[in-house]
Amino acid sequence: METRVRKINPNLLRDWFMSYLFLLPAFGFFLVFVAYPMLRGIYISFFNYSLRKFEYVGLRNYVDLFHNETFMKSLWNTSLLVIITVPLVIVFSIFVAMSIYRKREFARSFFRGVFYLPAVSSVVSITVVWGWIYHPNYGVLNYLTGLFGAEPISWLGNEKTALLSIIAVLITTSVGQPIILYVASLGNIPSSYIEAAQIDRATSWQIFRKIIWPMLMPTNLYIIVITTINTFQCFAIIQLLTSGGPYYSTSTVMYGVYEQAFKLGNFGMASAMGIILAVIIGIISTIQFKTFGSDVEY
Amino acid sequence: MSSTIQAGMKAGVNPSDLAGKKPWNIGNLIGNVILTLSTLFFIFPFYWIITGAFKKQTTATAIPPEWFPLHPTLQNWSDLFKNAIWRWTFNSFFISFCEMAAVCLVAALAGYVLAKKSFPGRKIIFTMFVAAMALPKQVILVPLFTMLADFGWVNTYRGLILPAIGWPFGVFLMKQFSQTIPTEVIEASKIDGCSEVRMFSTIILPLLTPALGALAIFTFIGSWNDYFSQLIMTRSTSMMTLPMGIATLQGEYTTNYGVMMAGAALASVPMIAIFLTFQKAFTQGITMGAVKG
Repeated sequence: METRVRKINPNLLRDWFMSYLFLLPAFGFFLVFVAYPMLRGIYISFFNYSLRKFEYVGLRNYVDLFHNETFMKSLWNTSLLVIITVPLVIVFSIFVAMSIYRKREFARSFFRGVFYLPAVSSVVSITVVWGWIYHPNYGVLNYLTGLFGAEPISWLGNEKTALLSIIAVLITTSVGQPIILYVASLGNIPSSYIEAAQIDRATSWQIFRKIIWPMLMPTNLYIIVITTINTFQCFAIIQLLTSGGPYYSTSTVMYGVYEQAFKLGNFGMASAMGIILAVIIGIISTIQFKTFGSDVEY
Repeated sequence: MSSTIQAGMKAGVNPSDLAGKKPWNIGNLIGNVILTLSTLFFIFPFYWIITGAFKKQTTATAIPPEWFPLHPTLQNWSDLFKNAIWRWTFNSFFISFCEMAAVCLVAALAGYVLAKKSFPGRKIIFTMFVAAMALPKQVILVPLFTMLADFGWVNTYRGLILPAIGWPFGVFLMKQFSQTIPTEVIEASKIDGCSEVRMFSTIILPLLTPALGALAIFTFIGSWNDYFSQLIMTRSTSMMTLPMGIATLQGEYTTNYGVMMAGAALASVPMIAIFLTFQKAFTQGITMGAVKG
């Protein structure tokens, strides 16, 4: 072994050394600001950690969380948020992509731009204007529904409508990237496949189901995974529109992490919530890979 | 649908032309109506921001709403600029710019090496980067915050800029793109006796430019919109970013929507301008990161 090491020529060693040198800044920042905080997050989730104390409590944070009604409610809200948002984002993005991918380059850019705008412009701006649109007295929405004879609704102040109102805003900020990706993959489907099917008198639905959908599978997987992760992390919209209210009806795990850590100062508890969120996202991503990944042919 | 194709074939039209022009039918009509309505739904908030920014407070809250500001006023803007707007704008640009430059440099160096060099530990390091990317970023924010608090970095520029450089998405993107650089180019320059650093800066970096452009835009916009980090890391008014500052104005100007809209316009206009200018690089970057991922 030792003789082999000695035989490594100095040029190779120099090459390795340069490689490590090039890698060092990225890896250094990664270790300090990503990898270490992750481990530290696991560590402090076993502590009662606030500004005043740092005391080992074992699994108590986790046990407490699962007996905490507010946390269970925010788990439920988070699930609702994901279950409603993700399919709607997928369906809407495919619909838009299908409608625009064969249009002229200019029209395609225009529509892609329009649907990407909310994602790219500041989320604070979008949220602030939606707060106005939803306002029970001064908002356009109640004026418009009023034209059809509906009673004014406090969209964000009502337990029944608050989460749905948040979801509507979240969807507008989530479809931009999926549409761009779907347009790109639809453009990659050889048009001869579709033409052949058309000549064989396949219906539009058959063409979609049998040709287009299978070809979209790799894109679907990616979009489902990133949309799910983004939805789990939805924060600014909730914090600025409802602060988790009314009666915790829009409080999500992500918002709970913020509240525990930065409003109540319970960093240990907040870390435990973060870990639970990470585990849930990990499980769901794995399931998605297993379900949708198996259909991927290339 | 099929009858139109037959008619088209009879008339000597190539079926591939029909693929471009879908036959006019009821499904298509409904589709176009939905597309138009959705477009309006997506554009309306921006229309409302821009027109609202020029409405008087009395007309902004009027019902029925004033669809277009008939008596435009600049009052909202002068009210808005009574706040530390210039400082916030500077902070936003400064933080986003530093983050962008650092991420591009660090990611280009690492991505190139990971794609084109072989050395012990290469695979493990790349796997670590990819694994971290699959985890939600917000999960590390609490431990990261306590760590930065221990450093005494809360409410500082370095606390806002440095942690974001560690996020491995850039490395991943640059690694994917570096793989497309032909190995012969690297071999040839080696024979010419080029030093590693010179080769990187004169040969590799220019080849990476398209991907770096996309990464730069992503990072800039991502940093500008990283509301959660800004919220937990800034304490004083003078350290706030533009979106963060606008968000805090919400408490002050509760229903003074004119001022809020002026602020909202200001916070999003730079991003929209960047997006429209670099839309092509942006679109390519998104597909690059996904398709090869």
